[in-house]
Amino acid sequence: MQPKKMAIIATKGTLDMAYPPLILASTAAAMGFEVQIFFTFYGLQLLRKSLRHIKISPLANPAMPMPVPMPVLLSSLPGMQAMATKMMKQKIKKKGVASLEELRDLCHEAGVKFIACQMTVDLFEFKKADFIEGIEFGGAATFLEFAGNTDICLFI
Amino acid sequence: MQFDKELDARGLSCPLPILKTKKALADLTSGQVLKVTATDPGSIKDMQAFANQTGNPLLETSEENKDYVFYLKKK
Repeated sequence: MQPKKMAIIATKGTLDMAYPPLILASTAAAMGFEVQIFFTFYGLQLLRKSLRHIKISPLANPAMPMPVPMPVLLSSLPGMQAMATKMMKQKIKKKGVASLEELRDLCHEAGVKFIACQMTVDLFEFKKADFIEGIEFGGAATFLEFAGNTDICLFI
Repeated sequence: MQFDKELDARGLSCPLPILKTKKALADLTSGQVLKVTATDPGSIKDMQAFANQTGNPLLETSEENKDYVFYLKKK
């Protein structure tokens, strides 16, 4: 029997939006799926060697739970993003949720194929050395060729 | 129930219990049984889905003092 296939386009580079593609890809691979993730625009941040710069912002994020009610304007003050990120990372650790690094490693181990969008790599002037080893570079046609034969295809 | 290997996935959230289960199964040979203990309530449905999808039968699911215990047989 042919394995099921899943393709994901990862377009976001914030802490909250980094999780869905990595969780789904690692789990699908564990369940025997053949998986590819195409990283484009801000999603490229998830391929950088260190993921320490991945942050979450309370700004324009009204659904984010805050310890105390906070006027919107306060969220734009210096340090608020760092504070929100620190709090979220502490919560993630305390609740036994995997770190982004851990999920990314598990994806890699399980054979998930990572493809960086060449156009946005050039647009943002990234160098190959900015990214982890073992990734491929390609464009829309590369993604579509695989995506055309998948069972699940997601844009995140 | 008899088992050949045990995995403690307590305190871990989705999807780690499933990912660690998959890794632990890789160390077993066909017919051997893996016992998994988890605290993630989502693992009840997830472990069944994992078993259905991968073809490794879920022999038993039980709850023991807030722990969920699963016995999976390697196909």
